Amino acid sequence: MSVQETRRAIKPVSPLREAAQMFCRNRPAIFGTVLLSLIVAAVFYGTFISGADPYEIVWAPQAFPGEAENIPLGTDYMGRDILTGLLKGGGPTIAVGLSAALITVVIGISVGAMAGYFGGWADNALMRFTEFFQVLPALLFAMVLVTLFSPTLTTIAIAIGIVSWPQTARLTRAEFLRIRNLEYVTAARAVGAGNNRIIWRVILPNALPPLIVSATLTIGVAILFEAGLSFLGLGDPNTMSWGLMIGANRSYLLDAWWPVTFPGLAIFLTVLAVSLIGDGLNDAFNPKLRQR
Amino acid sequence: MVYLLRRLAFGVLLLAGVVILNFLLIRLAPGDPAAVIAGEMGGASQEVLASIRERYGLDKPLLVQLGIYLSNVVRGDLGESYFFNRPVIDLILSRLGPTILLVMAAQLLAIVLGVFMGVLASLKPQGFLSGFVAVISTVGYAAPVFWTGMMLTILFASIFPILPVEGMSSARFRGGTFDYILNVARHLILPATTLGIIFLAQYARLARAAMIDVLGADYVRTARAKGVPESRVVFKHALRNAVLPILTVAGLQFGNLISGALLVETVFNWPGMGRLAFDSILRRDYPVLLGVLFFSAMMVVLANILTDLSYRLADPRINTEGRS
Repeated sequence: MSVQETRRAIKPVSPLREAAQMFCRNRPAIFGTVLLSLIVAAVFYGTFISGADPYEIVWAPQAFPGEAENIPLGTDYMGRDILTGLLKGGGPTIAVGLSAALITVVIGISVGAMAGYFGGWADNALMRFTEFFQVLPALLFAMVLVTLFSPTLTTIAIAIGIVSWPQTARLTRAEFLRIRNLEYVTAARAVGAGNNRIIWRVILPNALPPLIVSATLTIGVAILFEAGLSFLGLGDPNTMSWGLMIGANRSYLLDAWWPVTFPGLAIFLTVLAVSLIGDGLNDAFNPKLRQR
Repeated sequence: MVYLLRRLAFGVLLLAGVVILNFLLIRLAPGDPAAVIAGEMGGASQEVLASIRERYGLDKPLLVQLGIYLSNVVRGDLGESYFFNRPVIDLILSRLGPTILLVMAAQLLAIVLGVFMGVLASLKPQGFLSGFVAVISTVGYAAPVFWTGMMLTILFASIFPILPVEGMSSARFRGGTFDYILNVARHLILPATTLGIIFLAQYARLARAAMIDVLGADYVRTARAKGVPESRVVFKHALRNAVLPILTVAGLQFGNLISGALLVETVFNWPGMGRLAFDSILRRDYPVLLGVLFFSAMMVVLANILTDLSYRLADPRINTEGRS
């Protein structure tokens, strides 16, 4: 074997490619990815292509699924088509989930990075602050925020973000504490990199894998939160969403099971898909933990 | 002892923070603070608003207002529900018992059953039960708790009508104390199961991982080598050491349990704090809502302190004086 061939043979696979290969071998994660793609495609169709109105009364109230040709999933207590509701209601649910997760990640990473990097009194103060937010039951606090302010999608996303960042902050802090004393950070400092550069350009990229996993799982949690708030009647009343459908049909639960079951199933499948992907990423980034 | 006092002091500080937060929320909410306190549907007449301004000193500087608010709370005055014309604290205290009962029952169910399942699964890390634990923990995590509750309601109201799906006791219940307890217990089964399922799955997963770790330890091999029966090795030598992480997580879950209880109480009409909070939203009864937030935070703080103490009882190696 020539030197070049040997070199090619032992050429290390990049960590990212290795992770991607690991992810593709993970059957639940692939299942989650396919499921999520299908859901997103359906919601995309409902939001941007289909012209159907989810508020339109199309048939008798509480018609059984398939009773007429145009209502494969039945109608709700007012005679509105459930399938249209599902297709149209997914957009707000997923949008709130994504933006709330984004807010969570931004606050969580900022607080955690400051605490973990600077340590000392800054760490102490920030962690006490985080602990304070962990004492407040998240859903209740979000409820209070949405009730006191207006129940728009923006408020809901912000409220969910405000109540769910502490875990991300703790995780980020732990990663920063671990990484900040590693040699390459010292090296970066030695060549004159400032705090800002070290935090965002040196440490953060190396702390990303667990944070990506946690961000993915946060999307699922945020979707559940949105559903819970809408169910409690705190959703945006002018926007159809899965949680809203469940909340609206709740009182008629024992007369008709389908108006509540299908939106719940939609939420369940979405969160399931997201969490399978999150678990898959976790296994891909931490191959050592795979046997657990 | 010093440690306990420090924990308590920090807990009080956290609660003071919650009170300040409540105060800020009233101030930041759009509209006249007096109207916010009165609640939108309390029929706030001019006299009521004037008496609220007087009582909370709303014409005084902000810091004085905060002082008045804090000292009110310290004296157990969380304000007045203008919907019920009753002090908030009375309303909440009348609902506290059912919530504690529900949360404790769910937590107990989740820990006992979850740990048991996790231990059994850990004995065969690749076996059927391990797969089952992985599946239910993913499923339990993804299903919205209120939806699970509704599905159980359909199941037990229409298909197998053997369990009550609403309330905490039968309407117009007549009978002795013992019968009453049985009656409440029957009503408790579905709400507690609904709430417990999510956490059960988490504890099972955690217990499995912790047990797999511990079962590989030297002292377990030693115990086996000495000829200690396997059941004793698993449940005494190993489980005792695996229980710590579960305890920690269980303590951290109290906030989530209370959030979950809020939804479960709403689904099953359980007369607890969560149901009260839900009704208060509909009535725009803000003092009650803020009072529930304060009380829930207090329950979480207490639960955290208790967890910490039990943690130290379970593992005497943990230094009670050093770490905070």
